[in-house]
Amino acid sequence: MHDVDRAIDAVWRMESARLIAGLARIVRDVGLAEDLAQDALVAALQQWPEAGVPDNPGAWLMAVGRRRAIDLVRRQALLAQKHDVIRRDLEVRQDVVLAERDVAIDDDIGDDLLRLVFVACHPVLSKDARVALTLRLVGGLTTGEIARAFLVSEATVAQRIVRAKRILAEARVPFEIPRGDELSARLASVLEVIYLIFNEGYAATGGEDWTRPGLCEEALRLGRIVAQLAPREPEVHGLVALMEIQASRLRARVGPTGEPILLHEQDRGRWDWLLIGRGLAALERAERLGGALGPYALQAAIAACHVRARTVDDTDWARIAALYDALAQLAPSPVVEVNRAVAVGRAFGPAAGLDILDALRTEPSLQGYHLLPSVRGDLLAKLGRMEEAGVEFRRAAAMTGNGRERALLIERATAATQNA
Amino acid sequence: MRFLGYTIGDDSTPLPTPTPELFAAMGTFMTEAVNAGVLIATGGLAPSSEGTTIRLEDGTFAITDGPYTEAKELIGGWALLECASKEEAIEWSKRFLAINGSGETRLPQVFGAEDVGPTGL
Repeated sequence: MHDVDRAIDAVWRMESARLIAGLARIVRDVGLAEDLAQDALVAALQQWPEAGVPDNPGAWLMAVGRRRAIDLVRRQALLAQKHDVIRRDLEVRQDVVLAERDVAIDDDIGDDLLRLVFVACHPVLSKDARVALTLRLVGGLTTGEIARAFLVSEATVAQRIVRAKRILAEARVPFEIPRGDELSARLASVLEVIYLIFNEGYAATGGEDWTRPGLCEEALRLGRIVAQLAPREPEVHGLVALMEIQASRLRARVGPTGEPILLHEQDRGRWDWLLIGRGLAALERAERLGGALGPYALQAAIAACHVRARTVDDTDWARIAALYDALAQLAPSPVVEVNRAVAVGRAFGPAAGLDILDALRTEPSLQGYHLLPSVRGDLLAKLGRMEEAGVEFRRAAAMTGNGRERALLIERATAATQNA
Repeated sequence: MRFLGYTIGDDSTPLPTPTPELFAAMGTFMTEAVNAGVLIATGGLAPSSEGTTIRLEDGTFAITDGPYTEAKELIGGWALLECASKEEAIEWSKRFLAINGSGETRLPQVFGAEDVGPTGL
């Protein structure tokens, strides 16, 4: 690839979202807007290697895109006029004037970008489609990059994106920022998509695939962008805080031979303190906006408790238990309950933790979840019920897919049985 | 990928005070980079005459007050960028320099989590 081509790639990544958003305001269709943006990119690929990259490449692309967008609106208006004798010339002119006026209002690119985010994450689309479309339209990733990140074929991603655009057009999803009651549900969808992208990258870092942490960075970037676009929404800051703090531990959660290292065994010196600082600041912004913390802010607050503790023993387990209580009420789930049991066990003694776990024993969604017997075994061992603890550790060992963890669990099972 | 962009110059010829226009344009640019999620930390540096050099040689510390004697030093400011590629970091740096009018920026990559292979650092 030539230097200019690489520069064009970089410019595309930096400018494409704003370009597509600006064009979508004119043509009122994100699929069409992306096509027009791609046309502008093709023009750049043809002209820049000869003429050089312009001083303001974003403005160049936007100028080309807009010219084509207005041509398109004109053509559509004329076509409509031909097909519909009732439509008067005046209406056609109005359409074009409106399109041109939309071009003139240039100061609200931030709002356009936010509209684009909301459309790409529209609930009418499946989760997979929302993720792909967001990475493509807002993140500026190519179909190939998305495919590699999600370990699916390029054709699959391309198909997802084409289908998503068609569904948006058919459902006539308006290019606007939702208001009133709709806003919180739509925002939740946006945040969910960003967190899905983050977790895809985060979960992969334990494995051998080192290309995928890029997804964490991408999600962080999207989160930061949305936080700037919707600064009055506490949960946006909550999500950013959660991701920044979790990302701060990426480096510390894998050992020298690639084995995962659990939170309480991590070398805190390897945490990324810049990201922690950013995460704590984002959490503070969420808290300052007032009201009860939402699920993301609560999870961020829990993560913050862990990073604020200088050592594992310094951890404020009572506060973590209280935060899990609040989370369990807002977003109840068996996994949250298991985590709550750990925190309560640490804060108020193993018996209190065990009470919570006993209520979960018949929970069907936890049948294959190795942390349930593992945590149970830990609490039982602390209570001196060694025989039962040994049984739980062995059950957990049989369930986990992680070799190192299995070895550790078998070791604990043996120790428990010997001490029984 | 993280990059540390910093400006280079001769500390003995102080930078002219920025005009209000340059100041405003730079402010807008920085906001843009923050809003894009790219600029994750930044700072300005005092003149090297106010700085110090600490050197350890043969078990002895030598503390020398500034200014630094090398002709070209890190001066002015620095910015930590989180970008998808080196080319993107170059684009942002070009925009910075274009607003500044002239100057020289260096752009070393800063290793982060994604650069730590399974064998660790």
